[in-house]
Amino acid sequence: MTRLLALLFLLLSAPALAQGPDPYAQLAGDGYAEIEAGVAGLAASGDPRAGVILSALSDGRLLVRPSDKTLLIRQATGIVDARTGAPAQDDPALKPVRANNRVRRTIEASQGQLNLVSLDPAKRREAADAVFKARDAAALPALDTALAHEKDAAVKQAMTEARAAVLLAKPGTAEAEKLAAIPAIQARGDGDAMGILRGLGADPSEAVRAAAARGIAAIETRLAILGALQNVWYGISLGSVLLLAAIGLAITFGVMGVINMAHGEMVMLGAYTTYLVQEAIRTKAPALFPWSLAISIPCAFLVAGLVGVLIERFVIRFLYGRPLETLLATFGVSLVLQQAVRSIFGPTNREVGAPAFMSGAFDFYGLSVTWGRMWIILFSMAVFLGLLFVLRKTSFGLKTRAVTQNRRMAAAMGIRTPYVDALTFGLGSGIAGIAGVALSQIDNVSPNLGQGYIIDSFLVVVFGGVGNLWGTLVAALTLGVVNKLAEPYIGAVLAKIGLLIFIILFIQKRPRGLFALKGRAVES
Amino acid sequence: MTRLIDLKGAIFLSLLAAFCLAVPVLNLVVPEGSGLHLPTYLVSLFGKYLAYALLAVSLDLVWGYCGILSLGHGAFFALGGYAMGMYLMRQIGSRGVYGNPVLPDFMVFLNYKALPWYWYGFDHFAFAALMVLLVPGLLAFLFGWLAFRSRVTGVYLSIITQAMTYALMLAFFRNDMGLGGNNGLTDFKDLLGFNVQSQNFRVGIFVATGIALAFGYLIARAMTVSAYGKILIAVRDAESRTRFLGYRPEHFKTLAFTVSAMMAGVAGALYVPQVGIINPGEFAPGNSIEAVIWVAVGGRGTLVGAALGAVIVNYAKTILTGAMPDAWLFALGALFVVVTLFMPRGIVGTLMEKFGSRRAAATLPPEPEIAPKLAEEGQGS
Amino acid sequence: MDPPATAVGPANKSKVTGALLYVDDLRVTFDGYKALRGLSLTLAPGEMRAIIGPNGAGKTTMMDCITGKTRPDSGIALFDGTHDLLALDEPAIADLGIGRKFQKPTVFESHSVADNILLALKGPRAAAASLFGWRNRVAAERIDAILTTVGLLPHRGRPAADLSHGQKQWLEIGMLLAQDPKLLLVDEPVAGMTDAETVQTAELLRRIAGDHAVVVVEHDMHFVRALQCRVTCLHEGAVLAEGSIDAVSADPKVVEVYLGR
Repeated sequence: MTRLLALLFLLLSAPALAQGPDPYAQLAGDGYAEIEAGVAGLAASGDPRAGVILSALSDGRLLVRPSDKTLLIRQATGIVDARTGAPAQDDPALKPVRANNRVRRTIEASQGQLNLVSLDPAKRREAADAVFKARDAAALPALDTALAHEKDAAVKQAMTEARAAVLLAKPGTAEAEKLAAIPAIQARGDGDAMGILRGLGADPSEAVRAAAARGIAAIETRLAILGALQNVWYGISLGSVLLLAAIGLAITFGVMGVINMAHGEMVMLGAYTTYLVQEAIRTKAPALFPWSLAISIPCAFLVAGLVGVLIERFVIRFLYGRPLETLLATFGVSLVLQQAVRSIFGPTNREVGAPAFMSGAFDFYGLSVTWGRMWIILFSMAVFLGLLFVLRKTSFGLKTRAVTQNRRMAAAMGIRTPYVDALTFGLGSGIAGIAGVALSQIDNVSPNLGQGYIIDSFLVVVFGGVGNLWGTLVAALTLGVVNKLAEPYIGAVLAKIGLLIFIILFIQKRPRGLFALKGRAVES
Repeated sequence: MTRLIDLKGAIFLSLLAAFCLAVPVLNLVVPEGSGLHLPTYLVSLFGKYLAYALLAVSLDLVWGYCGILSLGHGAFFALGGYAMGMYLMRQIGSRGVYGNPVLPDFMVFLNYKALPWYWYGFDHFAFAALMVLLVPGLLAFLFGWLAFRSRVTGVYLSIITQAMTYALMLAFFRNDMGLGGNNGLTDFKDLLGFNVQSQNFRVGIFVATGIALAFGYLIARAMTVSAYGKILIAVRDAESRTRFLGYRPEHFKTLAFTVSAMMAGVAGALYVPQVGIINPGEFAPGNSIEAVIWVAVGGRGTLVGAALGAVIVNYAKTILTGAMPDAWLFALGALFVVVTLFMPRGIVGTLMEKFGSRRAAATLPPEPEIAPKLAEEGQGS
Repeated sequence: MDPPATAVGPANKSKVTGALLYVDDLRVTFDGYKALRGLSLTLAPGEMRAIIGPNGAGKTTMMDCITGKTRPDSGIALFDGTHDLLALDEPAIADLGIGRKFQKPTVFESHSVADNILLALKGPRAAAASLFGWRNRVAAERIDAILTTVGLLPHRGRPAADLSHGQKQWLEIGMLLAQDPKLLLVDEPVAGMTDAETVQTAELLRRIAGDHAVVVVEHDMHFVRALQCRVTCLHEGAVLAEGSIDAVSADPKVVEVYLGR
C-alpha cells in the first residue's frame, strides 16, 4: 500500500499526468511492479477506457501482443484494441497480462477512482460518495483529476465534499487546507458530515476545532429543521388518511346529522371492492393491472354508496330525530356487515397489490417522500375538493343543503326530501368507499379495517365543527401533524392517547368544534 | 310518593333471591351424579351474567333516567376489575412462576426492580375494595363534571365517552403502565384466603354478585323515585327548562354518572375473580356498546329491564357462540336494529305500557315521533 | 354578587336603585344580524309590563339576555339594583327570583302535573337536598293550592304530556307561581288558548302582579288591553314607544311598524 501511495504522490507531484510514464506501456511491461504502476497510472489518468481495461485485466482477458507490446482485450464479440476499442486481429501469439494478488488489490482500490471518470454522471456521483465514505487518501489524485474535468454541478459538489472529507481525515493536512475544507462538509449538512466534523474535536489547531464546532452547530440546526419538516410531512400524510376516512362522515354526520357507526364498514367495503377488482383483473386482463386502482374508485363508490342507500332506506329513515337510536342501529348494521365480510372472505387479511406508480420514493431537498403517500395526499385533496364542488355548485348539493337546513320548507318548495336523504347518505357512504380504495394501499384489508377508523373519524368531524367541510380538512391535518410531531418525544401510543384526551378536553371548551356555526338556532 | 319497591321490583328481587338460593343448592347439595346437579362452571357463568346485569343497571341509571348514553361504561367496569385484579395479583405472593414475594410475575419478566407506587396498598382487601369504588368514581366525576358543566350532551357526549374508553384501552395495552400490558392480570390464587378455583368460592362469589345486584338495584331505584330522580328525569327531557327553574343539571348528572360508574366498578370487581382474568380488551369500545344493547333489549328507564336484558342477551350469546359461532354477530347486529326500530321501550317497557299504569309508563324515556330530524338536543324554546 | 363599579355609572346610580329590573343599552349580534340594538327598559317592583312588537323585534332575545341564556355583546342588566345579570348563568338568575315561561309551553312531560309543581317549588336546589331533603316530604296541600289557582287540580295525577296545549300553558304558569319569583317573564302565555281561557289568564296575571313584577310578551292586543298595564313596543331591537295601551297604539311610529309604510 505504501508503495502505491508513494507512486500516487509521485504521480501527483508530476507537473502533468499526461507527461508521466505511459500506463499502457507499463501494463504491457514485464514485472508485476510495473503492471501495478500501470494500473494505478491508468486509474488516475481519467482515461474513459480505463474501466474496461482494468476489468479485463482482473478477468485475465487483457492480452499483450509480444511483437509490439500492444494491449488487446478479448471480448465475447472478438478481439479489440485496448486503447481505441477498435476490432483487432486474433493472434495465437497473444499472451494474457498476468496479475498477482498485489495487482488485484490495486485494481480493486482503483475501481472507485475509475468510476470517478465514468461517462455516466450517476456512476461518477456514486463513486464520489464512495470516496466520501471511505475517506481513502489514495483516491485524492484521481479525485483532483476528475474534479478538474467535471461539468455536472451536482457531481462536482459531491466530489468537492469527498475531497474535503479525505483532506480532513488524512493526517498531515495543513491547517489552512482544513479550514477551507470544513465549509464544504458543513454544506453537506447530514449525519455523515457531522461525524467528520466531530472527528476534528481533537485537532491540534484551535481554529480548526472552532470551525468544526461552528459547523456541527449549523448542521445540528439544519438536521433539526429537516427532522421537523419530515415529521410535518408524515403528519400531513396521516392527516390525509384521517381526512379520507372522515370526509364521508362529514356528510352523513356533519351535514345530515346522522350518526352512522357503520361508516368504517363503508370504508372496509371500498377496500374489499378494490381487492375484488384486482382479482378480476389478474385473472381476466392482467394488462390492466396498473389501472386497477383507477377502475376500483368508481366501483367502490357504487358498492359502498348502494349499501349506504339501502341502510338509509331500511334503517336510518325511521330514526331521524333520534340520534342515539340511530347510533345503536347503525352499530348493529356495522356488526352485520363485518360478519358478512368475514363469512364470505374469511377473517384473514386479503392481499391488495400496489401498482408500480404507488411504490418507491424520491428525495426532495433532503426529505424522503414515498410515492404512495404522495398519491394518497393528492387523492384525498382531490376527493375533498370534488365533494366541495358537488355540495356548493350542483343542484343536488343545493337541495341537500336546503333539506338539512329546513326540511319542511324544502319539502314545500317541491324537493322530494326522502329522495335527497337517500342520495346524500349514499354520497357520504360512497366517498367512504373511495377512501377504502386508498386505505387498501396502506392498511390491512380485513373485516376489522373499518373499526380502526370510526372513532378517529368522528373525532375529526367533531373537532372540526359539525357541518363544516373546511373544518374537517383543518381538523384532519392538524391532528395528523400534531400526532406525528409528538410521536418522536412520547411514542406513537402515548401520542394517540394524548390526542384523544386533547380532543375530549377541547370539546368541553368548544362543544361545537373549531369552526362552529353561531346563531340563536344553534345555541338552544 | 312512588314506592321504593313496586310490583316489577318485587318480582325481580324475588326471582333474584330464588336464583341465588337455588344455584348453591343445586351445585353444593344435589350430588354430582344427579340430573339436577349444576356444574360449577355454570355457577361461574351465571355469576358472570349477574355481574353484567349490575353493569346494565348502572348504565340504565344514566341512560334511562338522565339521557346520558355512555359508550364508555365498559371502562368503569374494567377499572373496577383491574383494582380487584391488582389485589388478587398481590395475593399470589411467592407462588408465582418466578417466586418473587412482592413483584407479580409480569413485573419480574419486565425487569421491574420495585413495585410501582400505585400498587401500594393493594395487598389489603379493604384498600382494594375502596379503590374499586374510588377509581371509577373519580374518573366519572372528573369526566362528568367537565363534560356536563360545558353542556356537552347527546351524541357528542357519547362520542367522547367512547374516546375515553378507547384511550384507556390504548394506555392499558402499554407494558409501561405496569398493569400487565397485553396479557393483563391473571393466574389468580386466592381472595380473602379462599382459593378462587374452589367450588365453595365459586358459589360464594356468585351469591355475593347476586347480593350486589340487589343492592345496586335498590340504590338506583331509591335515587330514581326520590325528588332527585324526578329532577333527573326532568333534566333528561328538558334540560334547559330545569336551569330556568334554578337547578344545575350538571350537578345532578355528575352525581348520577359517578354513582353509576362506582356501580359498574363493583360489577367489574365481581366479574374478574369469576372469569379469572382482566385484560385491556375489556376496555374495547365494542364492549361498552354491547352493554347498551342489553339495556335497550330489557327496556331502558326500568332498571329491572336492564338487568333482565343483560341476562337474556348474554345467555343467547353463550348458546349461539357455542352452536353457530358465525351467527352470533349477525344476531347481535340484528338485535340492535330490531330493538331500536320495533321495540324502542324494550321488553319491560313494553310490558309496562301494556299492563302497567299509565302513570308509571309515563316516566319512561319519551318515544319521539318520527319527524323533523336534527332535533338532537333541541330542548327549550 | 355586586356589579362591577364600571357597570353602573355614578350618574345612573340613583335611577337604578329604585328599579327591580334595570336594562340599559343591550346589544346582541348573531352572525352579523343585530337582534338587539341598544335596548333599555326599567321595571319597578310589583309592576306589570306588556311588551309588544312585530316578529324579530327582539322580544325573546331580550328575555334570553335577562335569564342568562344569551350573553349580550354589551350593555347593562341589573336586578334589584345590585345583581349584574350579565355575569350570572341561568340557575343563578333563577335563584335570584326571576322565573320564565317559554313561548312554547315547556313542562316536564314524563312527570305528573303535581310533580311538575313539586319540582318548581321554591326551596334548596342542590342535588343532595333533592335526594334526602324536604322536597321528598312536601305536603300535598301546598301543591294542591297552586293547582287550584291554575285550575288543574282535577288533573293532578295525569302525566303532563296528556294535557292540552292551553292546560300546559296554565301548568307552566302554575310552576312559575310555585317558584314564587320576584319577577316573572311570560312569553306569549295565551297562544293557543280559547277566548275564555285568555280572559282567565289575564285575570290570573293581574292577580299575580303586585306581589310579583311581571313582564308579558304578547301579540294578542285584546289580551294586552285586558292586562291594563304599561306597554312597551319594541322594533328592530330597541324601544320604539312606551306608555298606556291607548297612547302606544295611537303612536304613528307604532302604526307604521305594524301596518307598513
